[in-house]
Amino acid sequence: MTTSEIMNEQKPDTGIKLTEQQLRARRARSIAIAVSLGALVILFYIVTLVKGPGVLVRPL
Amino acid sequence: MSVTASNVEPGVSIAGVGDYLELMKPRVMSLVVFTAFVGLLIAPGHLHPVIGLTALICIAVGAGAAGALNMWYDADIDARMARTSARPIPAGRLAPGEALAFGLTLAAFSVVVLGLLVNVIAAALLAVTIAFYVVVYTMWLKRSTPQNIVIGGAAGALPPMIGWAAASGSLAIEPVVLFLIIFFWTPPHFWALSLYRTADYARAGIPMLPVVAGERETRRQILLYTLILAPLGVAPWLLGYAGMPYGVVAVAGGAAMIALALRLRGEARGHAASKQMFGFSILYLFLLFAMLLVDRVSAELFGRFAA
Repeated sequence: MTTSEIMNEQKPDTGIKLTEQQLRARRARSIAIAVSLGALVILFYIVTLVKGPGVLVRPL
Repeated sequence: MSVTASNVEPGVSIAGVGDYLELMKPRVMSLVVFTAFVGLLIAPGHLHPVIGLTALICIAVGAGAAGALNMWYDADIDARMARTSARPIPAGRLAPGEALAFGLTLAAFSVVVLGLLVNVIAAALLAVTIAFYVVVYTMWLKRSTPQNIVIGGAAGALPPMIGWAAASGSLAIEPVVLFLIIFFWTPPHFWALSLYRTADYARAGIPMLPVVAGERETRRQILLYTLILAPLGVAPWLLGYAGMPYGVVAVAGGAAMIALALRLRGEARGHAASKQMFGFSILYLFLLFAMLLVDRVSAELFGRFAA
């Protein structure tokens, strides 16, 4: 068997098939996580502006 | 990826964003945020609105985390109760592991962000609240004693103290009084509910007071706690950090609560009085905290006009 024949050989199907519903739900979850993380970044940015650059330097 | 019908993975989640939001118990969360907001607003000192909003977001997320962890642990009993069987885990829309991961992540984020951006005392109180609700109430007391909601009520009573600590960086007698109001409000509120859900709780094996001690004893204890609650509700006025309008509402509301508890004590059959007590208890607590809010805002406004 040549190298190209080996490379072209089909691998057995072992992957997971997601249903339409699962794909939609995963996409919605991914967007929600992205929005949450974006909001967290913006929150830290704004609070840094409010408290000044020494946001982490303060008495307990 | 090449796929066939034979390797479809049934375990992949179909949970949507709404299911995760439901895990956070939005109705409980709204009450937590409201009472925390009042604690934050009546505290002395000036707090930048952005920091105040950050504190409220963290408290809301922390409450949501506690709700998610509660639903993770209680999925088995939730499935046996009519009131809770449609929740995301018993309904099969969300796997228990997903709820656990979600709850732990939110709990960690809410506490750390509150500590970093607001202050450590508020963060510590939030951590205690979450831990108390999940470990002490959900995992320990709820299934083992009829005093579950009495002691566990401390978790629901802490948010005004967190709000106060977020604003002032310290604690004082005022937020402790607010804590006591919610603490003594919880038993009449939940026992009134459990009186007309007794069969549900019995089926789930939860030792709520009506299940263990009977309806008569539950009604007696509702009255006892209401008799402690009513004067406590007036305490902010008597201690001088709420004005006359608050005092009037607190006295009238407390009297109505006692009247309802007495009526409930005398109820021979049916659950009309317990449903009324449950409904009014929510209104009563809301009015007390709303009046504190009105009191504070009007004081600010009049202060400005006077100046």
